[in-house]
Amino acid sequence: MIRVSDAVIDASNALREFERGVGEAGAIVSFTGQVRPVSAAGDVSSLTLQAYSPMTERGIERALHQAQEKWPLAGAHILHRTGEMQAGETIVFVATASKHRRAAFEAADFLMDYLKTEAVFWKKETTDQGEAWIEPRQDDYQDAARWQEEKVD
Amino acid sequence: MVKVIYFGRLSDVTGVDEEVLDLPDGVETAGALRNWLDLRFEAGGALLEPTVRIAINSEICFDSTSLDQAIEIALMPPVGGG
Repeated sequence: MIRVSDAVIDASNALREFERGVGEAGAIVSFTGQVRPVSAAGDVSSLTLQAYSPMTERGIERALHQAQEKWPLAGAHILHRTGEMQAGETIVFVATASKHRRAAFEAADFLMDYLKTEAVFWKKETTDQGEAWIEPRQDDYQDAARWQEEKVD
Repeated sequence: MVKVIYFGRLSDVTGVDEEVLDLPDGVETAGALRNWLDLRFEAGGALLEPTVRIAINSEICFDSTSLDQAIEIALMPPVGGG
């Protein structure tokens, strides 16, 4: 299930709902990403995310499809916020389920790397220093590249 | 009439998030539109950067792609991830 919306994400509820949906999968992993109160630019007062529907959703669907081909998943949920968020609010929730933990961990990690670099979002940070559009950090690209290297091997 | 959307930092350059336009004669491809908009907004090349991609009806296109079927055009700077 993929949802990109301005609606507030309650990660605890999202996890419970996911657990109910996948039954006795065996292994469930979830990741919650929140707006950090401090960034390299200063104290963060808000973060604004733009998406471009349906391009954003289509890209996430492709990444999910790749994850499903790579790992035997019993299910996956991806919830992503758009609009204006305050520090501490949940930006993204990813949950994966599989028979064993490794597949669930790796699939969640892969999906998060996609969401942090390639996903169609534009991000504006407002800090005590002003507003700035943020592009992915080099670390994010390196994290995402790990999966490419594995493919070549 | 065509809807044009400016994403991310491009909206700071154009001053609008989106607008509905009548394209002038001669603006028949994505590349021509890019040039025309850059002049119109006095963007100093910000819309000409190769990293700024153009989507027609939410499909990424080339500069040579015709605007014949365009209902919605998006100018997209590099995505920032979530």
